[in-house]
Amino acid sequence: MKNGARRTWHLRLYVAGQTPKSIAALANLKRLCEEHLAGRYRIEIVDLQKQPHLARRDEIVVLPTLVRQLPQPIRKIIGDLSNQQKVLVGLDVTPGEPEA
Amino acid sequence: MTPLVRRRKREPSKRARNGNRPARHPLAKAPTGISGLDEITHGGLPRGRPTLVCGGAGCGKTLLAMEFLVRGAVEYNEPGVFMSFEETPDDLVENGRSLGFDLQRLTTHRQLLLDHVRLERSELTEAGEYDLEGLFIRLGHAIDSIRAKRVVLDTIELLFSGLSDRALVRAELGRLFRWLKTKRVTAIVTGEGDAGHLTRHGLEEYVSDCVILLDQRVMEQSATRRLRIIKYRGSAHGGNEMPFLIDDHGVSVLPITSLGLAHQVSTAHVSTGVAGLDAMFGKKGYYRGNSVLASGTAGTGKSSLAAHFAEATCRRGERCLYFAFEESASQIARNMRSIGVDLEPWVRRNLLRVHAQRPTALGLEAHLVAMHRLIEDWQPQVVIVDPVTNMTAVGSDVEVKAMLARLIDFMKLRHVTTLFTSLTEGGRAAERTDLGVSSLMDVWMLLGNLEMNGERNRTIQIVKARGMAHSNQVREFVMTDDGIKLVDVSRRADGSVAIGSARGAQQVPSRGGRRKSE
Repeated sequence: MKNGARRTWHLRLYVAGQTPKSIAALANLKRLCEEHLAGRYRIEIVDLQKQPHLARRDEIVVLPTLVRQLPQPIRKIIGDLSNQQKVLVGLDVTPGEPEA
Repeated sequence: MTPLVRRRKREPSKRARNGNRPARHPLAKAPTGISGLDEITHGGLPRGRPTLVCGGAGCGKTLLAMEFLVRGAVEYNEPGVFMSFEETPDDLVENGRSLGFDLQRLTTHRQLLLDHVRLERSELTEAGEYDLEGLFIRLGHAIDSIRAKRVVLDTIELLFSGLSDRALVRAELGRLFRWLKTKRVTAIVTGEGDAGHLTRHGLEEYVSDCVILLDQRVMEQSATRRLRIIKYRGSAHGGNEMPFLIDDHGVSVLPITSLGLAHQVSTAHVSTGVAGLDAMFGKKGYYRGNSVLASGTAGTGKSSLAAHFAEATCRRGERCLYFAFEESASQIARNMRSIGVDLEPWVRRNLLRVHAQRPTALGLEAHLVAMHRLIEDWQPQVVIVDPVTNMTAVGSDVEVKAMLARLIDFMKLRHVTTLFTSLTEGGRAAERTDLGVSSLMDVWMLLGNLEMNGERNRTIQIVKARGMAHSNQVREFVMTDDGIKLVDVSRRADGSVAIGSARGAQQVPSRGGRRKSE
């Protein structure tokens, strides 16, 4: 729990174009990652409008959807991520990770 | 474009040319290919629009929806997308197999696309505002990838249990159904109802064009399925409950035949098998294709009359199918031999088939389907149902009457002459047949036992015979070693008909005419 999770977090955010919700979700995610996972995260954005076939492959129904690809297991969080507390719980990130 | 639109182009109506008001034209429909359903909807489901199919658990919604897609793909060249919120593609393929559909093959040929939408609330964290745009994209892509014309959403209400924001799901569903219309797909949306509600979350508010309710109930230990079209905007539809079956041929809604009174009538006659009775019908017998009812209390000679009719049919070299709901085939044969009607040779020559079955052995619609199949397979010219009243053992009066109406329609279309016997319970008014089915019949004969002067005498009278001159007399008949014989009419001096021993006492010669003389 302490410094054991020193691996890279791979987060994938599914959106559909530049909607207010998707813009908000990305901003909220970036802020959260900077606060809690600085230097050890990677965000990938999937725009389903450009890659619609991924919705079925990746089991997406609700947008925006944030998927924690790594660390395993996969976790899904839906919404514009405005409720940071819930995002942290959903991602299983310990708030305010202790400094190195 | 639908053929309808093309037809309008060729023949533009005034209104269409005016342009400001839409021309009145029948609603475009997409045939389901489901046996019977297209008949009762007069052509199928509203084309390019969603239809709601609802009912309780296990009522057959999924199978009906699946058959709609399979038939669409195979028979109408309209590929379909099956979006399942419940069952996995493997389950669906398995279910399809039970109806004789090879979903696997259809998917490889891109005529069908199965998509399983899994939405588990326990696996999702909700953190902020969201919408269902992902579902739209997913479905839109599925439709576009196989150029689907048909879509099934089964059952989309599960979104409500997967997501906590009900108001949002509600709004998104409204948007989804509007969007489906813009995609011009004919869709079936299923919904599960509970007590008093068609669907748990009021899907019927969104899908307002066509609503079909399925129902399965257990009556008298046999499960019966019913289908009813609750609503069909802009289209005539039968509002009655129709029995339907799901078997290895898929879904069949009864009637298999078209409803209505459009059948061709025949003016040819068939003998009743009793010479004296033929004479009462103007010497010729029934019209071919007639439905004939012979009703009476127990022991009035209904089955004997039926046996005569069967024998006369076979004698002409025609086929007779005899549904016996009371006696076994051998019992009927023995009893009829006692009055000189030998049915055995006709059975051997395959002109007579006796199908004996306890009515309770099957549900009402299973009976109907079994009868339809037998008739369709063997193509008899004459069908006897003896007695039709035993059907009440498996259904309510109303249901039996509805079933009879369907059976009669079916036979008339095929010019099958049908004799139904009907047992009137003692004590009831003789002319009130238990089923009230007489209105469905072309010919109605009443058999009776007249008790007077210390003896019981058999009588027969024709209550009605559509389109035929017929005798108005109550005639006496006797069962002889040589079959049913009508006794010559004997009149008293006052013109009344003498019956039984009284007849012998009369010296007035028989007249047998229709009129009272002198």
